Amino acid sequence: MTLAVVNLTSDERAIAAGSRGAGAAMAMRIVAEAGRLMGAGRLLPIASAHIDGALYHGDSGTLFAEKLVAGGARVSVRATLNVGAIDLTGCSRNLLPPHERAMASRMMTAYRELGCEQTWTCAPYQAGHRPRFGTDVAWGESNAVAFCNSVLGARTNRYGDFLDIACAIAGRAPDYGLHRPENRVATVLVDVSRVDPAFLSSDIAWPVLGNLYGREIGDSVGVISGIAAHPGEDALKGFGAAAASSGSVGLFHIAGVTPEAPDLSTALNGAQPVERIVVTDDMVRDSQRRLSTAERADRVDAVAIGSPHLSLEEFDALESLLRGRRVKVPIYACTGRHVLAQLDAQGRRTALESNGVIVVADTCIVVTPILPSKAGAILMTNSGKFAHYALPNTGYAVLYASLADCVESAVSGRPTIGARA
Amino acid sequence: MTVQGEVLLEGPAVEAPALTLTAPISFWGGVDATTSAIADPRHPEFGQRLAGRVVCVPATIGSSSASAILLELVHRGLAPAAIVLHQPDAILLLGLVVAREMGYATPPALRLDAAHFSALAGRAITISEGGMIACRS
Repeated sequence: MTLAVVNLTSDERAIAAGSRGAGAAMAMRIVAEAGRLMGAGRLLPIASAHIDGALYHGDSGTLFAEKLVAGGARVSVRATLNVGAIDLTGCSRNLLPPHERAMASRMMTAYRELGCEQTWTCAPYQAGHRPRFGTDVAWGESNAVAFCNSVLGARTNRYGDFLDIACAIAGRAPDYGLHRPENRVATVLVDVSRVDPAFLSSDIAWPVLGNLYGREIGDSVGVISGIAAHPGEDALKGFGAAAASSGSVGLFHIAGVTPEAPDLSTALNGAQPVERIVVTDDMVRDSQRRLSTAERADRVDAVAIGSPHLSLEEFDALESLLRGRRVKVPIYACTGRHVLAQLDAQGRRTALESNGVIVVADTCIVVTPILPSKAGAILMTNSGKFAHYALPNTGYAVLYASLADCVESAVSGRPTIGARA
Repeated sequence: MTVQGEVLLEGPAVEAPALTLTAPISFWGGVDATTSAIADPRHPEFGQRLAGRVVCVPATIGSSSASAILLELVHRGLAPAAIVLHQPDAILLLGLVVAREMGYATPPALRLDAAHFSALAGRAITISEGGMIACRS
């Protein structure tokens, strides 16, 4: 197999040669080279972008963004920003060393100067950025990609560092993968109709199912059957985040729930599934156990919720479980400015903070050092994604539990499992 | 031994020792961008440094931030002398595409069937600009 030649339009060629400035040229050349390496025959116009590349991984990423700025580049489509390494709202503090903090801050500034919206959230789809069904977009951040493809029905691959912003500036993305309708058809059927209905209606159901689904399916496209009613967007958000952490899930379908799966047959494009997975209660219990990494459950040092970022409804649930009680162990509640503004307008952040909740905005506890270093520390979370990344990224072992258990454990200072919601 | 690789990204002719990875690698989380050492203790080549070596990669796994780690290695002068992939990985190679745009000296990337990797392991390798791979010793 030899790599494809990407056929650029005369306009695209002119931009790559510098007709709109050095920054736009660099972006167009990067998109075209990515297309060549991915085997795309052409570039597609895109309607929007969500940029994951403004999270600091090293000085070179900052210098790259600043070179685009110096070259006069601007995004040519709507572009929202995923989390950065710093909470610019000042709600929470982090432990980045001075050099890293300065470079991370310069990076965030450069992305603002490129014309990106300062959303700083991994849930842009709950911050008003919802591309229309069937439109091509270039989104980064695995949970946002899964939600965009699956729940909104817009079309994106998993765009990562450099390519996300290059696509946003060029207004183009390589035509391959999930942009193409034939690659969006489900080939694996995941049947959950035999799972205990009491579990399916619990608040841990969707992150646990997501973890199971991601491990079973890898990077295939699957369709879930056996779900009776729409579980709500926050549930689908938690499912997609867990599935995109444990596997490489960019698109999932749920028969009767997600827009490309009005029924099973449509999701499978009328064909028989290549593989059929019948989910049992044992598989569910196994997945729930896998989300915890702590060998003992006799202490809890912190509670973290909000991966993906909490919606206002999820703060409602937190407050109603907390009932104004003060916590002994801090609850880190990660969210975006779109929710923070509403909490502040209603005086709710101050109330939560006075009860010992630490609101974290613009970032989260697994992408930047916020949790204090502590040997043998244990984090309790209800997020399938935090459960996946907490140990490697923070050193905290994980106890996975429902939101009710998280809150009761924070209040009592001891792990409490089986609290009533 | 001499074998023709397919040039994925051009670079200068190379003369360097080979480091053949015997398991898939995740650059983000699996490679220390400040030293180029393989940082995942579960990886069979844990602790080996990529810098200055012809790194033969059977497969890549993991995050879309692999490109950021590779760019950072180039920026710090810790890049491999060449990257030889069984399968082209656009996300990883994007790190070299961006490095080139940044004006950094970038190593070539080639495709070669992994069946050849064991013959290269630990040997001194030359790679021509046209992608001809030869063992010197």
